[in-house]
Formats: sequence, structure tokens, C-alpha cells
Amino acid sequence: MHIEIDDIAKTFGATTALHPVSLTIPSGALVALLGPSGSGKTTLLRILGGLEFPTSGRVLFDGFDATGLSVQERRAGFVFQHYALFRHMTVFENIAYGLRARARKSRPTNAEIERRVHKLLELIQLPDIAKRYPAQLSGGQRQRVALARALAIEPRMLLLDEPFGALDARVRKELRQGLRDIHDQTGLTTVFVTHDQEEAMELADLVVVMSMGRIEQIGKPTDISARPATDFVRAFISV
Amino acid sequence: MTHPTLATFRPATTEPDWMRRILIGLVIALLTVLLFAPLIAVFAEAGKRGLAFALQSLTDPDAQSAIRLTLTVAAISVPLNAAFGIAAAWAITKFDWRGKAFMITLIDLPFSVSPVVAGLCFVLLFGANSAIGGWLVAAGHPVIFAVPGVVVATMFITFPFVARELIPVMTEQGRAEEEAALTLGASGWRIFFTVTVPNIRWALLYGVLLCNARAMGEFGAVAVVSGKIRGQTSTMPLMIEMLYNEYLSVAAFTMATLLALLALVTLTLKSALEWRFADQLAASSRH
Repeated sequence: MHIEIDDIAKTFGATTALHPVSLTIPSGALVALLGPSGSGKTTLLRILGGLEFPTSGRVLFDGFDATGLSVQERRAGFVFQHYALFRHMTVFENIAYGLRARARKSRPTNAEIERRVHKLLELIQLPDIAKRYPAQLSGGQRQRVALARALAIEPRMLLLDEPFGALDARVRKELRQGLRDIHDQTGLTTVFVTHDQEEAMELADLVVVMSMGRIEQIGKPTDISARPATDFVRAFISV
Repeated sequence: MTHPTLATFRPATTEPDWMRRILIGLVIALLTVLLFAPLIAVFAEAGKRGLAFALQSLTDPDAQSAIRLTLTVAAISVPLNAAFGIAAAWAITKFDWRGKAFMITLIDLPFSVSPVVAGLCFVLLFGANSAIGGWLVAAGHPVIFAVPGVVVATMFITFPFVARELIPVMTEQGRAEEEAALTLGASGWRIFFTVTVPNIRWALLYGVLLCNARAMGEFGAVAVVSGKIRGQTSTMPLMIEMLYNEYLSVAAFTMATLLALLALVTLTLKSALEWRFADQLAASSRH
């Protein structure tokens, strides 16, 4: 899905989280929102997902104004920073949650839900953990379950908030490739937030560098490292 | 040279053996004097003229009325306070709004105000001499010196229990799971029943049990608003005091035993549930 962010601004009381920013995300792209904490990247992601509403500006999905759509109507697969798995449900029930939450007439049968959950478990290469609880999983497994849960609703886009933030370096590398593979298989427009410039450069097709609620530069990873547009970008990517 | 055996080393975080014994002994002694001894004294006093005599005192119509009233008041105030407690804890932990700190203080008010003072406030507010009270009496629904007053006073006193148990748990859990459910397309009520309630069920249960124990045991506020009318507005704690003051010690202590047993049932229920669901409890508190 093609996403158009048109002059989106967001203030929380007296603080400005986002100055008006505009950004076009082509359909099927894998985009990184890169910046230090407080740069507004997570706010922008949450606005895309419908978890925050902008103070001004519009969001267009495939040319259609989606600014006023509720979270439920947006059908964005969202992976939270600490995954936010339902701790009292098994992995199976976590992944099935979005399907069971559908209105009766569009809800799949139990057999169909079972089939889809198992297919997703195979996609994330964890076919045998359906009966476990989140507390019994490693950090990397939790992240992949969160990804499967987000994919279960057949989302129109995939939004990930620091998807690798809570993992150790080795697992992080592995899962980066995992996300790339899933993106390539599903073809979903994917936006992820990170403060790790190496991660953004290695994984994304398009990197959006942000600072203090503004977009500093938008470009392919190679362009950004070859021609940083501002002093901030130069300093940030050379860390 | 002799090598020290393993036993001579103790972990740095453990107290020496004699210290542990003294501390544990001290706690047991204190519990015995302050908790077990009084309980046994009450039971003994009730049974000193035989079980039949004790039970006989409970068949008195006024005693039966007190038992019924106490159970009724608990049955009304506990579910309502559970609902209010969830609503208050939800408002405080899931949203940011002006006046939140004030609300938290307000919830604690019944803990800090003496129950007798609270009772007097209700008399001033709803008594026959006040505007509201005069109107209620004229309409045939008196609150003070009547059962509604007992319910209102009990609800005021027991208001904090559920909210107080829930607020720390809900603060610690944050909003992430609810937000995740939202992005998965779930409606508000569905999220409440499938995500929020299962996550707080233990805290909710403790809150309800504490609330119930206090609702049945409240004395001060209820004494003021009820007027202690025998057979009408006297609850079990009020009845115990009246019987005791009339030197009907067996009847007083039998009623006291019954009240203590109701509390013990609550405690036993809590322990039984903890034991039965120990693994679940451990799983849900870990991350």
C-alpha cells in the first residue's frame, strides 16, 4: 500500500513532538525511521497506525484520506517495542486474537483459524511453540511471535517500533534477515523505527533520518552515507 | 592444615543461624500474642457454656436480623465497589488527565478519615435536618438510621480496597497490551474482558476479598449512621458490642466467633486459590 504523509504535526500540551513533516512511502517499500530518542519517529509511527491522532495534516493510504480512521479500521500490523504479547494467552491464542476479534460474519471458522496460525508459525520458523506462554519464550522468539500476531490480521502495512531494541547483538543480526525475508515474501509496505544507524542502513530500502521532530533527510542508504544533507545527519550516521 | 568444610561458609546474603532463629521466634511470639491468642479466647468464651447454648443465642430474631443485614450490606457494597474500583483504577492508569493526582488522594480519603467522622458527615449530609435528608424522609426513603445509610457508610469505608490493589498492577502493566489488541481490531469491551480483566484478576480478587472482610467488620461509621436499631439497622459488629455491654457475653462472643469465621473463610478461600493456581500466578507475574 502506498502511504502519503502530508504536513503531519503533533503537539502534546506545550511540547511539540512533530513539526509539520511530509513523506511519501512507495507501495511495498521497507522504510526505516532513524533518529535519536525524542526525534518524533515513534510518534510518526503511532500516527500511521492510528494510535495517536495528528494535531494537523493528513495521512493518505493509496490516495484515500485515512486521517480520521480508527485504529481498528486501519488494519495496520503493529509490533510494539516490548512486543506487548498477551501474557495470559498461549502463543496460539496470541496469534489467533485478531482473527477471533473479527465481526461474526467475517470471522474464519476454528479450523481455518488453526490452519492460518500454524502457517504463520511456520513462516516465523517456530512451528512447535503454539502451546507455550510468552513468559516461556526467549526475546527473539517473542519478537517473532509478535510479528506473526501482527501478520495474522492480513494487514495493509506493517509497522514496527524498535523491533530489535530489546535483543542481544547476535539474535539481532539473525532477526534482521528474518524481517527482510518476511517483507520480501509478503510484499507488505513496512515501516520500522530504530535508533541504530547500522540497522537502518543494512535493512531498509529507504531511510528517513529524523531529529527534534523534523525530517532531516530522506534517501537510499547509500545516498545518505555518501551525501549527508545536514550536519546532524553527518554526525549521526558516523557514530 | 585443616581445610574449612563447606558448612562453615555461608552465603553472603544470609544471616547467621542464631540470628534467623531469634527473628523467626520473635515473629511467632508476636503472632501468637496478637493474633492467635485473641482468636482462641473469643472461641473459648463463646463455647464456655457449651455449643448448644452458644448456638441458641444465634436463633434470637435480632441476632438473625443482624446476620442477614451484614450479609446483605456486603452483597450490595462489594460488587459496586469492585465496579467503581476498576473504573477508578482504569481512569488513573490508562489515561493522562488533569486532576489525576487529586483523584488518587481522594481515593485514599476513607483510609485517612476516622470512620466515626465519616459517619457524622453522612448524618449532616443526609440527616432529617439537612435539605437532601429532609426531602428523602418526606419522600419516604430515609437514609440515616435506615438500611441505605448503612450501605452508603460501608461503601465509603471500603471504597479504596479494590482501587488500591489494582492501581499498582495496572500501572506496572501499562497500556501496551490494550494498544496491541486495538491494532488487532478488537473493540473496547472485548479488550476489557479478554485482555484487561485476565491481567488484573488476582489483584481484583485480593481487593474484593479485603473489601468484603472490611464491609462485614465495619463498626465506627455504621454505628453513627445506623442509630443501632435492633432488628432493623444493627449489623453484626454493632450487635456484638450491644450484647457485650449487656453482659450477655456468650451471645456476644458467639456472634464474634461467627464474624471471625466469615473472615477466616475469606482467607482460606484466598489461600486455596493461590495454591490451586500457583503456576499461573508465577507465569503471569514474570515477563
